Amino acid sequence: MKILVCVKQVPDMSSRFAPDGAGTWFAEADLAHRINEYDECAIEQAIQLKEQLGGAPEVTALSIGPARVGEALRKALAMGCDRAVQVDEPQPSRLDPWQVASIVAAHACAVGYDLVLTGMQSQDRGSGQVGVLVAEQLGIQAVTTAVSFEHADGAVTVRRELEGGARARVRVRLPAVVTCQLGLNVPRYPTLPNIMKAKKKPLDVVPAASLLSAEPLARTARFFAPSRRTGQVMEGPVDQLVDRLVALLGEKAGAKRQERT
Amino acid sequence: MKALVVCEARGGKALDTTFELLEVASRLGAEPVMLLVGEASAIPAAAGRLLLAEVERADAYDPGLHRNAVVEAVRRVEADVVLLPHSSYGWDLAPRVAAALRAAQVSELVALAEGGGLEVACCNGKMRRVVQPATAKVVVTVQPGAFPAGGARGGAPSIEGIQAAPAAPGIEHLGHEAPSAREVDLGRASVIVSAGRGVGKKENVGVVEALARALGGELAASRPVVDSGWVGADRQVGSTGQTVAPKLYVACGISGAVQHLAGMKGAEYVVAINKDRDAPIGEVADVLVVADLLQLVPALTARLRQ
Ligand SMILES: Cc1cc2nc3c(=O)[nH]c(=O)nc-3n(C[C@H](O)[C@H](O)[C@H](O)COP(=O)(O)OP(=O)(O)OC[C@H]3O[C@@H](n4cnc5c(N)ncnc54)[C@H](O)[C@@H]3O)c2cc1C
Ligand SMILES: Nc1ncnc2c1ncn2[C@@H]1O[C@H](COP(=O)(O)O)[C@@H](O)[C@H]1O
Repeated sequence: MKILVCVKQVPDMSSRFAPDGAGTWFAEADLAHRINEYDECAIEQAIQLKEQLGGAPEVTALSIGPARVGEALRKALAMGCDRAVQVDEPQPSRLDPWQVASIVAAHACAVGYDLVLTGMQSQDRGSGQVGVLVAEQLGIQAVTTAVSFEHADGAVTVRRELEGGARARVRVRLPAVVTCQLGLNVPRYPTLPNIMKAKKKPLDVVPAASLLSAEPLARTARFFAPSRRTGQVMEGPVDQLVDRLVALLGEKAGAKRQERT
Repeated sequence: MKALVVCEARGGKALDTTFELLEVASRLGAEPVMLLVGEASAIPAAAGRLLLAEVERADAYDPGLHRNAVVEAVRRVEADVVLLPHSSYGWDLAPRVAAALRAAQVSELVALAEGGGLEVACCNGKMRRVVQPATAKVVVTVQPGAFPAGGARGGAPSIEGIQAAPAAPGIEHLGHEAPSAREVDLGRASVIVSAGRGVGKKENVGVVEALARALGGELAASRPVVDSGWVGADRQVGSTGQTVAPKLYVACGISGAVQHLAGMKGAEYVVAINKDRDAPIGEVADVLVVADLLQLVPALTARLRQ
């Protein structure tokens, strides 16, 4: 059995974002990167399945991006993936979801995976398209928004998260794509011995051009900060903030608080 | 220009997002045609033209069948734009339709930009992008609540039946699960103090809980805090948790993702405590306190207790 996990490296979302020179994406220079949190759930799921099947499946992590994504792939290897592929693309933000999917599909088609796991969305672009588009391009099934995952007899049973806490249970035969939602599992932290072992695992680098033939279907024309309706902003030393907040909170919490105290 | 408005139904009933999609169609200057893939009981009470693709087990969502119905409807009305809600239904179905039509998909529309650009949220809601499709047809999912309800409410549409080609068997629907029973009904609380991932670790939840108690309110949490097991699932606020409308909502270390806001934007007064001045929670907060909650909240609680 072969499993592919798509891993996107994204900036820490608590970063301050500013438009780049072209004004079509954010400037990357000062940003710290990490693995898209939905993809961490995808990695964890792949490793859990590998463990369940006695180590038999081979798990490949794939990331499209510049050299920095090697760090994300090393972490995926340290978590337990067997091999990694960096599809080298200096500016992944210029690819639209259709193109990202076409790269994944071209790679997957050549290798022949039984299961492709992706995040349900990337935190920076947040389009939530790539997983389903990969399946459509490969002509296989896709199940989205998985919050539980069981594998048996060549099929996968998944709980799809709906709104308000409701769920739908569905079963799909492999090969298939499953997109992973937060809460599917608790991604493990790599241990030190596994971090050392990961350094010896294969990490191939292939140029994006070797896998990309699709034209973009859309482009980003502008990237900007929204003009926010903001209320009052309070800043300053903690004791002063406390002074200002005590009266305010007391008043807004109102009668209720007096009843209780 | 024509817009196909894909109606969502849940539990056999039409959802109100249809009216928001009708508003988008009208702002695009497009003539709307609605499509319902489901049962007649879920036809929305909106005047206009509606295509009905009746399916047998409407509650058992079959993505391939729904895709085929949308593609057939696009062909039938020669739609240029397909509008869907950005929901578990819409974000599942939209890329399938887009792939079938070889059309660009634009996810989570929040506004229309000048010159036909489609404005979407990105970077966890902190930033915006304007997306320019390069294809003649476009599939768009619309963020729930981003547009007011439009269309003519209360009417009854004129209905035309269409036939969706059955999809190759693939995804088997095994059943639905209702949300697990809740021990806490946050919907009635008049004061809620909510812990986000900014609390850092489970041990720090107590800091936020103490403030809740000092204010005579209930503890709530954002989803990652629940997913990590720091707070019970029946205290989660948001689109996949509870919807609350307290007099006072204090958000501690919560960034303000749209799925969280969906659950608390009915609050009368919102105080947000966050280290990040740019956190999107500032959009709905009456007061944004820029501070480290681990310093501020205990000090605040101590003073309130005096
Ligand atoms: C389909 C779907 C459904 C979802 N449903 C829900 C839902 O129902 N409810 C929900 O909440 N989320 C939901 N989410 C998740 C949502 O998108 C966000 O990921 C989540 O709300 C973020 O939670 P958070 O604000 O606690 O964490 P983060 O986004 O990580 O924000 C943490 C915040 O804490 C601040 N901070 C950090 N340290 C400190 C400190 N010491 N002092 C003060 N501030 C600090 C940071 O600046 C940051 O703003 C859903 C997502 C999807 C895709
Ligand atoms: N550059 C990338 N490299 C690898 N995987 C990606 C990349 N971009 C997107 N993905 C995968 O596709 C999922 C959905 O992304 P998106 O459609 O951008 O929201 C992500 O969670 C990843 O698993």
